[in-house]
Amino acid sequence: MEDTGNILFSGVGGQGILLASEITVYALLSAGYDAKKSEVHGMAQRGGSVTAQLRYGKKVYSPLIEPGCADIQMAFEMMEAVRYLPFLHKGSKVIVNTQKILPPSVATGQAEYPKDVLNHLIERDIVVVPVDAFDIAKEVGEIKTANVVMVGALSTFLPIDPAIYEEVIRTRVPERFRDVNLQAFAAGRKVSE
Amino acid sequence: MTKINNNALWMSGNEAIALGVYEAGVKVASGYPGTPSTEIMENLSKYEGVYTEWAPNEKVGLEVALGASFAGARALATMKHVGVNVAADPLFTASYTGVCGGLVLVSADDPEMHSSQNEQDNRNYAFAAKMPMLEPSDPSEAKELVKLAFDLSEDLDTPVMLRITTRVSHVKGVVEKGEINSSHAACGIKKIPGKLVMLPAIARKRRVVVEERMEKCRELAETATFNRVEEGDTKRGFITSGVSYLYVKEAFPEATVLKLGMCWPLPEKKIRDFASMVDELFIVEELDPFLETHIKAMGIDCRGKDCIPNQGELNTAIVRQSIDPDSGPELFKPVELPQRPPNMCAGCPHRGIFFNLSRMKVFVSGDIGCYTLGFLPPLSAMDSCVCMGASVPIAHGMAKALGGDSHNQVVSVIGDSTFIHSGITGLINTVYNNSASTLIILDNSITAMTGQQHNPTTGYNIKGEAASRLDMEALCRAVGVKHVYKVNPHDVVETRKVLKEAVELKEPSVVISEAPCVLLPEMKERKPVSYFTNQENCVGCMSCIRLGCPAISWTPFAEGEAEERGYRKKQKGISKIDEILCNDCGQCASLCKFNAITRGEGK
Repeated sequence: MEDTGNILFSGVGGQGILLASEITVYALLSAGYDAKKSEVHGMAQRGGSVTAQLRYGKKVYSPLIEPGCADIQMAFEMMEAVRYLPFLHKGSKVIVNTQKILPPSVATGQAEYPKDVLNHLIERDIVVVPVDAFDIAKEVGEIKTANVVMVGALSTFLPIDPAIYEEVIRTRVPERFRDVNLQAFAAGRKVSE
Repeated sequence: MTKINNNALWMSGNEAIALGVYEAGVKVASGYPGTPSTEIMENLSKYEGVYTEWAPNEKVGLEVALGASFAGARALATMKHVGVNVAADPLFTASYTGVCGGLVLVSADDPEMHSSQNEQDNRNYAFAAKMPMLEPSDPSEAKELVKLAFDLSEDLDTPVMLRITTRVSHVKGVVEKGEINSSHAACGIKKIPGKLVMLPAIARKRRVVVEERMEKCRELAETATFNRVEEGDTKRGFITSGVSYLYVKEAFPEATVLKLGMCWPLPEKKIRDFASMVDELFIVEELDPFLETHIKAMGIDCRGKDCIPNQGELNTAIVRQSIDPDSGPELFKPVELPQRPPNMCAGCPHRGIFFNLSRMKVFVSGDIGCYTLGFLPPLSAMDSCVCMGASVPIAHGMAKALGGDSHNQVVSVIGDSTFIHSGITGLINTVYNNSASTLIILDNSITAMTGQQHNPTTGYNIKGEAASRLDMEALCRAVGVKHVYKVNPHDVVETRKVLKEAVELKEPSVVISEAPCVLLPEMKERKPVSYFTNQENCVGCMSCIRLGCPAISWTPFAEGEAEERGYRKKQKGISKIDEILCNDCGQCASLCKFNAITRGEGK
């Protein structure tokens, strides 16, 4: 119970990063941790860059992660994995969905999507775990489980028994989606094991 | 809200406040949506036995709650920080009338302006309006303090403000369920003009009562458990409230702290005792030096805004490094990346209007809503935006200042909900005092920016039940506008013709742009047909690209690629529609002159 941790979720408004962060929180709470999570609603959600910050431990006061203190970042888009670099430190783990979503300046031909963008992380001794979440979700049989694939990939880095996650998925997910989500979780877990 | 075990729930600050309000036995609640306050009323509307409503604006919301209080009920009003400006008129006099049933106003402030036009510090309202203000630090305390606020309101005969910030509203934490209070007085009409009719002779008497009440409240603040000293190292002592308390606890875990759950009025004796106990006293608060100013006025020596920023949000690192400048870790510098600002959705009806405005030589006086994003490139079609409803009078004022032939130089743009909130009075003025500016009402059948709330123009109430629907065209005609047009903004070319005609008129005109928000549940449920690009026809003119639609992207050609692929040698690239993102609005097709964009057969 001495473990405390800071997980930064990043992505693009509308990608559903909040759901993935919720499943992770339920597992942490079930494992007996205190937790706080900070989200931003409103204007930023309209396709802009978005984050959620999750902190857990024996007792959590601040809902915000300090710069340089995110142990894990779960990024749902490649460029968004790099945007919050000042939050990371040497040895931080970045689980990244290898998806590209073009920002307006790139889509309109004013700028280019940076090449090999994840190298910015690797060069700084940050551990990058790429996850082809959509392909894995497709193989599992439901593209909408890409979020849960990501949760699975994150789970190996957290001090939580996988059985707790499975219980969370069993109790939180509607019955007809239960099996496919459990499979998505297991497939995601395999990527980072 | 999610159940963790029998009594513990995982919920946001706003959900926790809704639960606290329900447990406090509130009967009537009214408010206007505004980030970060919106989810309080949304969640409260799901509880049995509490009447909830969306009011057309915050002033009406607070007045409804005040009326319910006069009838003996516990009542609540919710709004964002700038909404309190709109409600300030009833607020300042409700301080004189006091209450019958407990009355609480929740002010949700937005330091850092995550979704706001300013970051005013509404603690100043408690001082100015002479009423108590409670300030929780996290969801769990928010629930406890909002319940306590109703008791305080009835005990002291005063409205009570609960001030929260984005990092309380939209933070989730563990909250304990509590008892439901059903002991408060029954409702009924009581005629007490000496308390409720605020004409000068009576108001002067109530003015005295206000001071007596605040004195009582000050005494209560000395002993109340929500103002507590947490013992620790006395070398440095911290006085703090709200979310700043959490940052102090993490930055200086060893230090002694005076945690104020009520930021107005202040417990002077308690503060004095605390100050005398510590070697150095720091006041840690976001935004204005509110506590600091009042503590310094007590003649107490302390530090605060000389080292802690008075702009934006604080966090643990800022608090620690403001006080101990060399304590921070070395950080990675950010890498330069293309920005990803928020954008109007694919298929958003507003885009069609702003595309046209970007092509017209007019000053666009804008307003508050999703459509404020019309300011961003590539549309760049908004030239001012100040506050709810301001678009209309600002355009009128500019027209009056410019005089002469200015009738075709200024237009104002406002959403349906914002027009009802406070645009109508501006339009009445435009007609009455006669300027020829054109008003464009963007009617997308919902209050969209704050996450889809109903309003008087949608035909439904907060619970989604059928309600009276305001006829916007009839309203505009009733206030005296002779020229009212309706357009389908997705037909970009036709809309341009109407806008041009309206702008050229030398009398006031209104153009109502009618098309539903694509995020409406019924729009999400429909199966949109996707448009696609016939790339062989694309000449690279970029007409569609200039819409700035997230579903359309530009693929530049490498050298020689154009000829190789059978295009004109000088063609620089082609556009492509992402058929998954496309929302079937057809604006791009209405602009394409080369038959390169066609509606498909369905996804």
